[in-house]
Amino acid sequence: MNTLGLAPVLTSVVRRDLTLALRRRSDVLTTFFFFIIVVSLFPLGVGPEPNTLRSIAPGVVWVAALLASMLALARLFASDFSDGTLEQLALSPQPLVLLVAAKVLAHWLVTGLPLVLIAPVLGLQFDLSAESVSVMTIALLLGTPCLSLIGSIGAALTLGVRGAGGLLALLVLPLYIPVLIFGAGAVSASAEGMPAAGHLSLLGAFVLIALVLAPWASAAAIRIALE
Amino acid sequence: MLEAVNLECVRGQRRLFHGLSFDLADGHMLWVLGPNGSGKTSLLRLLCGLLRPEAGTVRWNGEQVRSSRDSFYASLLYLGHAPAVKDDLSARENLSFGLGQSGVAVSRQEVDAALSEFGLADREELPCRALSQGQKRRVALARLTLGADRPLWILDEPFTALDAQAIGLVQSHLVQHLTRGGSVVLTSHQEVDFGALPVKRLRLAG
Repeated sequence: MNTLGLAPVLTSVVRRDLTLALRRRSDVLTTFFFFIIVVSLFPLGVGPEPNTLRSIAPGVVWVAALLASMLALARLFASDFSDGTLEQLALSPQPLVLLVAAKVLAHWLVTGLPLVLIAPVLGLQFDLSAESVSVMTIALLLGTPCLSLIGSIGAALTLGVRGAGGLLALLVLPLYIPVLIFGAGAVSASAEGMPAAGHLSLLGAFVLIALVLAPWASAAAIRIALE
Repeated sequence: MLEAVNLECVRGQRRLFHGLSFDLADGHMLWVLGPNGSGKTSLLRLLCGLLRPEAGTVRWNGEQVRSSRDSFYASLLYLGHAPAVKDDLSARENLSFGLGQSGVAVSRQEVDAALSEFGLADREELPCRALSQGQKRRVALARLTLGADRPLWILDEPFTALDAQAIGLVQSHLVQHLTRGGSVVLTSHQEVDFGALPVKRLRLAG
C-alpha cells in the first residue's frame, strides 16, 4: 500500500461526486428543468412580439441560469458535512483547496454544463440570431463556472446554519451581479450588431480570478464550519 | 510520537478541560474515558487539528500538527463520530472513494477482501441505505484493514453498534497495529480487554 499523489486523489473526489449525482438523478434534473421552465415562461407571459422577446432574452436566460445554479448550491457541501465526509476530506494529506476545487468542478459538470448545452435550443424561443445564440453559449460556458465557484463560498459559509437556503441566496446573488451584467451584456451587444469580445474577455477574467480565490475562501470557510 | 502540551478546550461557554498534557509513544494506545459531554470527541478532533485548542499545542514527531498538516495527515487514520458512509453509494464505492480522497492507494481486490473480512462479502454492490447501522459502521471500519500503514489511528467510539464478533475483529486489528509499532487514540464506553498491551487510560472529568 502506498500514498496516492495529487492527481489520483482529485480524480477520486470528482468520480465520487459524479457517481453520487448519477444515483441522485432527480436532484440534477430538477435544476435542469427549473432552468428550462423559467426561461420558457417568459415568451408565454410577455407575448409573441419578436422585438420584445429579442431584447429581453439575454437577461431572462442569465437570471434563470443564476437562479438554477443557486438552487443546486445547497447540495454542494451540506450532505458531506452531515455524514462526516467533509471531515475526512479536511484530513486528507492533499491540500483542501484543491479538493474543494475538484468538488466544484464535479458540481459544475452536473449543474452548469447542462445549462450551457440546452441554452441554444432555448434561444430559439426568443428569435435570437444564430450569432447571438453562439455568443450566449460561449458567455454561459465562461459564466457558469464562475457561478459555481462563487457559490461554493456561500455554500461553505452557510454550513451548519439553520435556514441556510435563504441565507445562501442573500449571500450569493449579489456576488453574481458582475457575471450577470457582462454575460447578458455580451448577448445584447451581439444582438445589436456590436462586438461581444470585450464582455467575453471580462467573463474570462472573472473565471480566472474566481478559480484562484474561491476554492481558497471555501476551504477556509469549511475549516471554520468543522470546528 | 504524539505529544499534547497543556491543552485547553472551550466549547461555547463551557471549559471542557484545561492543562491536559500527555505523550503517546509508538506502539502505545491511549484510551480516553469519561462521561457523555466530558469532551472526548473534542479532544480527538483537537488532536487531529480539526479543532483549534484554546491554549496549548499538539505535536506529531516534534512538529506542530496545525502547521504541518500535509505530513501529519499522511500518517493519520481518523474515524469520526459520523461514519462518512454515503447511503447512495455501495459499500465498495464508499470504501474505495473514501480511501482515495484520504490518499490511500487500494486495488479493488484489496477493497473486497477488507469488506469480506468485516462480514460484508456479497454485499459489496448493495447501496449502503440497505445496510443496518452496524453494517454501515463495518464499512467505515474496513478502513482499518486498508489504512494499516498509517502509524497513528484516532478512533471515535469504534465499537458503537457492533456485535461481539465485530468487536473482536476491531480489537485484533488494534492489537496488530500496536505490535507493528503504530499508536492508537480511542474513546469507548465499552470495556475491552487488551491484555498485556501498553494501554494508557486518560479520564476526562466532565
